[in-house]
Amino acid sequence: METTKKQGNMYWQLSWAMIKTGILGYGGGPSVIPLIRYEAVNHYKWIDDEEFGEILALANALPGPIATKIAAYLGYREKGIIGATVAVLAHILPSSIAIIALLASVQLLSGLAWVQGMIGAVIPVVTVMLGVMAYEFGEKTIKGLGIPFGIATFLIAFGLLQGVNVHPAIVIILFLAYGAFHMRTVAALKRRATRQAAKGRKEEVTRGMD
Amino acid sequence: MEWISWLQLIIGFFIANVLGYGGGPASIPLMHREIVANHGWATDSEFSNILALGNALPGPIATKIAAYVGYDVAGIIGSLAALAATIVPSAIALILMLKLLQKHRQSPVVKGLTLLVQPVIAIMMLLLTWQMAQSSVTSIGWLQSLIIAAVAFWAMQIRKIHPAIVIVAAFAYGGIVLPLLDVV
Repeated sequence: METTKKQGNMYWQLSWAMIKTGILGYGGGPSVIPLIRYEAVNHYKWIDDEEFGEILALANALPGPIATKIAAYLGYREKGIIGATVAVLAHILPSSIAIIALLASVQLLSGLAWVQGMIGAVIPVVTVMLGVMAYEFGEKTIKGLGIPFGIATFLIAFGLLQGVNVHPAIVIILFLAYGAFHMRTVAALKRRATRQAAKGRKEEVTRGMD
Repeated sequence: MEWISWLQLIIGFFIANVLGYGGGPASIPLMHREIVANHGWATDSEFSNILALGNALPGPIATKIAAYVGYDVAGIIGSLAALAATIVPSAIALILMLKLLQKHRQSPVVKGLTLLVQPVIAIMMLLLTWQMAQSSVTSIGWLQSLIIAAVAFWAMQIRKIHPAIVIVAAFAYGGIVLPLLDVV
């Protein structure tokens, strides 16, 4: 009797926490992370702060939307596969239903001049948003790879995507393949540079001794 | 032959999201590629409306796009298929990794992967921006496009007004002013 009550409670907790974070999280996945952290760590105390940090770090390292990954893991941790399903569905269903209802009604009315105007007027706004996102990803690239190498990756990516018209999946896989070795390459280059500098110093020292 | 469109939805959304390192926004250009260029599920202008409304509503952006496009192509089942393809692979990967590979979190390989995918996403985002700009000019002309884009940039980047409000304002302007000006 008591165990079933607890179970019911846990599913309810998962659903309610994920519905709230799904509805209050404006601005897509990343903005919702502090909200999920509040529910999981402070409010329901499923996990502590450290474990949340660990989950977040791993979730960031994997592809795909971030919030649903965390929701799935929290659900799985508490209640296995069913818990994961409940948490993810609670997180995405309200906004999924809302967008289907809204866009379906826009499509239904798309013949009307004022709806056409609305559809048209929003395109430049989206253009600006995409442009800003492009700039932000570019900024992250320069920060992570430095200016010369960052610009080189832009040129290579642009050449492959637009010039040669390679499928984006292949371009990404090529970059990922190099990315797996990038940190090691950087470390090796640094080691060689310091070794050469040390060697240079040593030569100077011996020269001075002679 | 409905199952073919279900299968296409699953493959399309799986590819777009499994390559989208860096969360939902990173997969937007990849989703655009699958939705508009590869399968013709939506036009550029439809895609921009999905994005606009998706941005104006709360919740993760990638799942909202998947839910609507899946629904539009193949009803409720299509919607569920696209959502599953978006969420399930990465969710399973996280669960498995947290169980088995916790020690690889700081791995230089993982850091390198996340870093090197960003220039590609940046360029894809840039190309998509250019394409949207063209679609906007075709739809409402360059003058209106420029005015709305300038106001939107000022509002979102300089005044830091919430995008949802800017989108609602654009809808209002488009619904009331543009039909009067006869540009649509």
